[in-house]
Amino acid sequence: MSSSVLEIAGLHGYYGESHVLHGIDLQVGEGEVVTLIGRNGAGKTTTLRAIMGILAKRGGSVKVMGTETIKLPPERIARLGVGYVPEERGIFASLNVTENLMLPPTLAPNGMGLDEIYRLFPNLQDRARSQGSKLSGGEQQMLAIARILRTGARFILLDEPTEGLAPVIVQQIGRVLDTVRAKGLTVLMVEQNFRFAANVADRHYVMESGKIIDMITKSEIAGKMERLEEHLGV
Amino acid sequence: MSAMALFGQVLLGLINGSFYAMLSLGLAIVFGLLGIVNAAQGAFYMLGAFVAWMLLQYLGIGYWPSLILAPLAVAIFGIILERTIIRRVYNLDHLYGLLLTLGLFQIIQGLFVYWYGTSGQPYDTPELLSGGHNLGFMFLPNYRAWVVVASLILCFGTWYAIEKTRLGAYLRAATENPTLVRAFGINVPLLVTLAFGGGVALAGIAGVLAAPIYQVNPLMGGNILITVFAVVVIGGFGSILGSIVTGLALGVLEGLSKVFYPEASNMVIFAIMIVVLMLKPQGLFGRER
Amino acid sequence: MALEISGISASETGTGRGLEWLAMGIGVVLLIGAPFVVYPVFLMELLCMALFACAFNLLIGGGGLLSFGHAAFFGGGAYIAAETAKEFGFPFELAILAGTATAIFLGLIVGLVAIRRSGLIFAMVTLALAQAVYFLALRLPFTHSEDGIQAVPRGWLFGIVDLRDNMAMYYVTAAIFFLGYLLVRRVWKSPFGQVLRAIKDNQPRMISLGFPVDRYKLINFILSAALAGTAGSLKAVALGLATLTDVDFSTSAAVVLMVLLGGLGTLMGPVVGAIITVSMDEYLAGIGIPVPVVIGVIFVFIILIFRRGIVGEFLYYLERWQARGAR
Repeated sequence: MSSSVLEIAGLHGYYGESHVLHGIDLQVGEGEVVTLIGRNGAGKTTTLRAIMGILAKRGGSVKVMGTETIKLPPERIARLGVGYVPEERGIFASLNVTENLMLPPTLAPNGMGLDEIYRLFPNLQDRARSQGSKLSGGEQQMLAIARILRTGARFILLDEPTEGLAPVIVQQIGRVLDTVRAKGLTVLMVEQNFRFAANVADRHYVMESGKIIDMITKSEIAGKMERLEEHLGV
Repeated sequence: MSAMALFGQVLLGLINGSFYAMLSLGLAIVFGLLGIVNAAQGAFYMLGAFVAWMLLQYLGIGYWPSLILAPLAVAIFGIILERTIIRRVYNLDHLYGLLLTLGLFQIIQGLFVYWYGTSGQPYDTPELLSGGHNLGFMFLPNYRAWVVVASLILCFGTWYAIEKTRLGAYLRAATENPTLVRAFGINVPLLVTLAFGGGVALAGIAGVLAAPIYQVNPLMGGNILITVFAVVVIGGFGSILGSIVTGLALGVLEGLSKVFYPEASNMVIFAIMIVVLMLKPQGLFGRER
Repeated sequence: MALEISGISASETGTGRGLEWLAMGIGVVLLIGAPFVVYPVFLMELLCMALFACAFNLLIGGGGLLSFGHAAFFGGGAYIAAETAKEFGFPFELAILAGTATAIFLGLIVGLVAIRRSGLIFAMVTLALAQAVYFLALRLPFTHSEDGIQAVPRGWLFGIVDLRDNMAMYYVTAAIFFLGYLLVRRVWKSPFGQVLRAIKDNQPRMISLGFPVDRYKLINFILSAALAGTAGSLKAVALGLATLTDVDFSTSAAVVLMVLLGGLGTLMGPVVGAIITVSMDEYLAGIGIPVPVVIGVIFVFIILIFRRGIVGEFLYYLERWQARGAR
């Protein structure tokens, strides 16, 4: 059994007075690619934020690489080797592409070197001096993923990586994820596009109203298609 | 009006402008990062001068060490204030930040007026910089030349630190999206406190520079603060370079107006502010925030 | 994020309205009886400041705009009223009118420049503009800069009442204050006031509904300036003195404190705040404690802990208590 990178037990989360996560349990093993799927508002992004420490009011247990993080601030959690690619991508408008790429500090020595990054994401090299705000959606997404890969993070949280992107770019992202997986990195991904998720991931947790209601492995997908479609409101 | 008088006033204007630039730089940094207009900046300026004076008076420590020690002391004091009091209003309407720092300013200035009165203490020009050079078209006092040079170094040093260094990049990113920068592993609250301290130190060192020129007076912060506010409104809060350029330019303009129309010289900056507000409300270098 | 401005919802209900009438009744009784207990000239100063505070509240409580330069209107009114009464022999009512008109004029200018801005920039702009007025006062010959205009005669009211008698002057002052207070209250509760509050809460929505938002805000600003000018004029004539202090920043800051202390956006708050501030000023100066320090400490205290102010906190708990009762 591979060691677990993420172990969540009884996670509760709150936005102010509003109780949004109701006792989540999930695990992610080393080298796995796992997704959180479900309808809008199910609490998927909130869960990622809770893991990252951005959701301030939370309770229960979240162990990252064996360390309890429920009370830690985001900067400490990041230093454990966690990288976060938020839904809005977070490309800094006042910095150019290279500055954006180089901004996150190195978390571990085995991060991707620049030459490897530029091989994987060729447009980033072409657009090196462009202001962050001038990039297209696809380019921003590439940049957001690239800068995390550079840091040497072993565990990556990806929020809706294919949202609003053209099919060609989606394929590119799929290839990036294959490379990530080949390097033995662990990924927890929120993804609305189930076809994409099914191609890429080992397991899927289905979320609804702040709870995990099902877990489906890759091999089980064919058999559970109907149930899945119901959950996702397709 | 002779050429001597003209250049003399321009120099004076440049000096005033240097102080405007340094103080508005500190304000711009804190505002960019925290959304707070730190009215206490005037108090830190005054404290810088006073600490230099006290170091000389009670410990016999002269000008040159004071240039480092005074801003350090003021920065530490400012950081303590930030951590204990000012921090509590970050989540409120920005007006409360202005009101709070104004209250702090009143307390600090009031205490010093109470202890030292309003007549001011003299502070001698350091020996190394006394005297001056006759340049033909004007007489240039060494100390004043030093002030202009020092403040240019400080201002452009600050600009460089913010625009060109890694730490500066963290700061600029944190201004845009502090949460994400934390998620990268950077201790943003610490960064913010240090930046605040830096802004305060700028005011403190400006105070030391000012001491031999304007004398050390508890009211010196208040007098300059309102003008600095006008400078900041004209320049806009958006850019570091903007604050520097605006401060210097306005100082020179004010100096020039003293030559041509002395009665109205105090009003020049405010008149410019009115014009700028009508034509470009976010300031000459500002961005819509 | 907004300033903690109390609504007047508490006073809309039966209990609230009853309390308001009670408070006003007590106020009137105090107004009439006070000069027999307290030195009338002190009371006059207090009432002028209270009127000034009410005027300021119109802008910040009604419009949500913090002006850091209201002393320009107060002092501007004071100077003109003093000058016209002393050098031009204006009778009392005309001097007050002249002062108020000056404040309206200044308010129009400042308003036109500042009204498109809000929040921090508005505060800083009004501060700078007031400073410009201060410099004017410093330079213009008729103000006699440091000395100010002294020995301003009170004259006669409508040619009938000799205002040199302190009691007469007091009651006229009290009457003007009371009228000013009622005016503020009327504006507050009127449709105009409601539109202003709606603008304060959601300006973009009001714009999309077609309201000339800038015009409303400007009118409110001028009204606030005018009333501040009346307060200043009254002070100059009643106390016989118009000085640089009336136009400088400390006066602008003092009125902010009064309204914060009493409660932003409450009707009685500014009056309570003024009473406390002016009395404290008087008392502290007597025992030699530095007043600015105490003011600063109170400022900090209020902003950290006590943002609703005295009357504001009272109304807040009244509203909570009523809501609990209604369940």
